[in-house]
Amino acid sequence: MTSGRSGEELRFVNHVRSDGRRDVFDFCVSWSQRSGIPYGRSHYLYILRSYLHRSFLDFTPNLALCEKHNVLTQSDFFTKKYNSKSLGLLVAVIGVLSMIPYIVLQLKGFQIIVSEASYGLIPPTVAVWIGMLCVTVFVYVSGIHGSAWTAVLKDILILVVIVFLGIYLPIHYFGGVQPMFETLEATKPGFLLLPDEGLSISWYISLCLTIALGQYMWPHCFGASLSSQNESALRKNSAILPLYQIILVFILFIGFTAVLQIPNLQGGDTDLALFKIAKDAFPPWIVGVVGAAGMLAALVPCSMLILTAATILSKNIYKAVKPDTSNEQLAKLTRIFVPIVSLVSLIFTFYGGNTMIALLTMAYSFVLQLFPPLVFSLLKRNPVSKAGASAGMILGVVLVAYFTLAEATMATLLPKAPHFIQDIDIGIVAITFNLIVTLAVSAFTRKDQQTIQEEEPVKRIITS
Amino acid sequence: MKKIIVLLSVIPAIGSLSVVNRVEPYIFGLPFIIFWATAWLILTSICLYISSVICDRQEENK
Repeated sequence: MTSGRSGEELRFVNHVRSDGRRDVFDFCVSWSQRSGIPYGRSHYLYILRSYLHRSFLDFTPNLALCEKHNVLTQSDFFTKKYNSKSLGLLVAVIGVLSMIPYIVLQLKGFQIIVSEASYGLIPPTVAVWIGMLCVTVFVYVSGIHGSAWTAVLKDILILVVIVFLGIYLPIHYFGGVQPMFETLEATKPGFLLLPDEGLSISWYISLCLTIALGQYMWPHCFGASLSSQNESALRKNSAILPLYQIILVFILFIGFTAVLQIPNLQGGDTDLALFKIAKDAFPPWIVGVVGAAGMLAALVPCSMLILTAATILSKNIYKAVKPDTSNEQLAKLTRIFVPIVSLVSLIFTFYGGNTMIALLTMAYSFVLQLFPPLVFSLLKRNPVSKAGASAGMILGVVLVAYFTLAEATMATLLPKAPHFIQDIDIGIVAITFNLIVTLAVSAFTRKDQQTIQEEEPVKRIITS
Repeated sequence: MKKIIVLLSVIPAIGSLSVVNRVEPYIFGLPFIIFWATAWLILTSICLYISSVICDRQEENK
């Protein structure tokens, strides 16, 4: 379930820092809302991921302990590790705030797919309502276990559709993959490469770092890891994930074909690139299959996000405020929160406009701020105190919010600095300050998180 | 040993993009930079798989 998510964020960062290349990236998102990495720049993601996996290798032996201590969500994990309910609450709030733009994004993708695949028959507004109702019902009916086989079905359908399009389209228009790339290089020289400034190498590497580290900090991905069968299975799964991303090569083939074949797409129209080229090359029924795959690709992760957000809202936020809530009440509350979260996302989908894209970039940098306290908590002797972790996270989140709202970048902050510094992603800047403050405050405060309290295991709320 | 491995894994992350940031030569029909990316996808999977096998063995020995 966690695979392929990273590309999406990369895509949206590209939206925000648009340049000549955005049509490729934009194209990809419209496809399925999940895997639009501009491939030439993505590989570091996977190298850097291996660091993360290192930390997960150290982390995994705790799974049995997590089960014992009733750790189901990310917030639970922080609460236990730092023995602090307020820290858990902070993590929960950051998590929910970050997830809303993410859900909105999926709904927006659904909206595009439905209205395009129906050849405009279903208006976008109706499409979003349908999507939102589908997701809500899906969450009620299936819960967390039911999504597993749907996810498999979705993956197979997408794999078949993308590989087919990725191979067929370049052959159809250019006679092969290499001729397609050669045409691209001839028409738009340098398009395939990273430029010297702007979206440069340092931009690329810092953004990969943001994504590689931030990806697992998303509450729904984190929760999925916690619910793994055992440590070994989690590790094997992590090893397979990069292979899964090979699908992106084919997405790039489609994207580059669209760049050449349907040039001059502007603004929001770039999101329609996939359907424009599919309609150009295929009869309606194939467009329908493409649309179906895309819809599943948007809805399945969406249900996971909504379920996680609702669980965190009841278990980690409501219960933190009212500790005497019983488990039955919590289960009920979770069910009530599901449609509320959906509705809030729906409202943002209608009225948020394109600011949601900026918000998602911000959200990605938000969850990244949870990374330092997590890694430190995995060490045998955690050098970080709960005060230090809180101070660092709050500073990180505030910095990210400030940079986003003031539309500042490293370039506006340091106009005289060399380009490789100006191009660094803001998430990395914030996490650096976060780290410094975390360690500095920890040096002066008491560390008492080693004492983990026993708690009666209770039934898993989300599965009931 | 562990430290050496960590250091080694930093090298491609820092140095190589400046070297591989080129279109020629085409390999398997892919521009070099895209071929490089694809190759690393597969290599990363292999590396992670090896490390997970090693980890499993270490746990069994405990």
